[in-house]
Amino acid sequence: MGEYGRDPRKCHFSPYADNGGTTIAIAGDDFVMVGSDSRLAGRAGILSRNQTKVFPLTANTMIASTGCWADVLSLNKDLQAKLTLYSQEHHDEMNTSAVAQLVSTLLYWRRFFPYYVSNMVVGLDEDGCNIRPPFKAYPPTAPLHFLNAPRGAALAHQLMHDAFISAAERDVNTGDSCILYTITKDGVAEEQIKLRRD
Amino acid sequence: MHFSSGSLAGGSWRENIVTNNALVSRGIPMPASMKTGTTIVGVIYKDGVVLGADTRATCGDLIADKNCSKIHYLQPNMYCCGAGTSADLELTTQLMASQLELHRLNTGRQVLVKTANRMLKQMLFRYQGYVGAALVLGGVDKHGPALYSIHPHGSSDAGPYQVMGSGSLAAMSVFETRWKPDLDLEEAKQMVRDAIAAGIFNDLYSGSNVDLCIITRDGATHIRPYDVANVKGKRLGKYDFKRGTTAVISSVVRPIEIVSESVKKITTTEESMDTA
Repeated sequence: MGEYGRDPRKCHFSPYADNGGTTIAIAGDDFVMVGSDSRLAGRAGILSRNQTKVFPLTANTMIASTGCWADVLSLNKDLQAKLTLYSQEHHDEMNTSAVAQLVSTLLYWRRFFPYYVSNMVVGLDEDGCNIRPPFKAYPPTAPLHFLNAPRGAALAHQLMHDAFISAAERDVNTGDSCILYTITKDGVAEEQIKLRRD
Repeated sequence: MHFSSGSLAGGSWRENIVTNNALVSRGIPMPASMKTGTTIVGVIYKDGVVLGADTRATCGDLIADKNCSKIHYLQPNMYCCGAGTSADLELTTQLMASQLELHRLNTGRQVLVKTANRMLKQMLFRYQGYVGAALVLGGVDKHGPALYSIHPHGSSDAGPYQVMGSGSLAAMSVFETRWKPDLDLEEAKQMVRDAIAAGIFNDLYSGSNVDLCIITRDGATHIRPYDVANVKGKRLGKYDFKRGTTAVISSVVRPIEIVSESVKKITTTEESMDTA
């Protein structure tokens, strides 16, 4: 699309856009922390300074999605619909592992016209705390492995806080603020930390 | 077709383009150049010119330099802000500074800003836009303050305020709202600062600090930084490596023995350069 000015005939239409964003998730023994920056970037500039990329799905599961914002919203809508159908049929919410599997399936349905979205499914399970990166159809990458962090929500908080600061230093698409969610059996706590706005 | 005296670099640039295209068609990708993203501005005020620039250099979406200097020295009475390809800007301005100094020595006079403008235009036009340098040139000479913006293909515009770079639209919005003739120094500095800040906060490829350069009849003052608009967040943890992280297997200490000391004085008047 960048070549459009030179010769429109040679221009190939791309259905994808990259709206940027950075997400981090750390799991501990009895908690999971997930955070994203709040900047939504477009080609022409900043679309929003206050758009989180983490969506709640059930009481103890959230999904962090970045990439093409149109696909993020579309995938999320599809996901919410499937979760509603499940809960109405089973009279119970889907657990985190099941949600991760569902996301993987949904992504693979679009194997040949992919959702340009990077996901992390984050939540609590009966067996503890989980971060599940579902299968990524596109772009093709090695599966991501997140190790369970050492004990201590304080350490996780410190690492995420500092990692976002560093990311905002060197990535043009990251900044403005970051929103951190901590999921425990008592619920979800939210915290917003300011970042550089340039 | 013979390509005349203007070859400032070794080899014909036209051959290089053919070679580059041949390599690309064979699957070797063109390296991403470091660009200065950038917001640069200049404004003429009562007693001279104020130039301003941000300090971010990008390589795609990566910030390569958080504090680079985009206001380049040309002559004591003129400076040049640069946007575009970093290497092109650095070398073009250094080359031009040398050429202008030679011109000054040849003529025995202070160089006129329109001279630098003409020399830059002619060089950039010769390279047909391949030298990615977009400049805001400002200075003061016997005719008074002068300000030009020069595009990579070799066109230039003169006017009381100029903007260039990816953040130029954000910066221009400030000038178009607030500029009036006969600004005083403080108004001009504030306006330039605000124009660059508009670029820093609204353009993804501009950022960090505001640098300023004030040029008058009496000389130039390059202020770097003029305004630190963005500071790195204070981190909660320390990530230094503790002593012992890298295991030391063995170590040998050999003291340097001083055998003798002697002091020799060198005076410039007596010894001349050997030109044999």
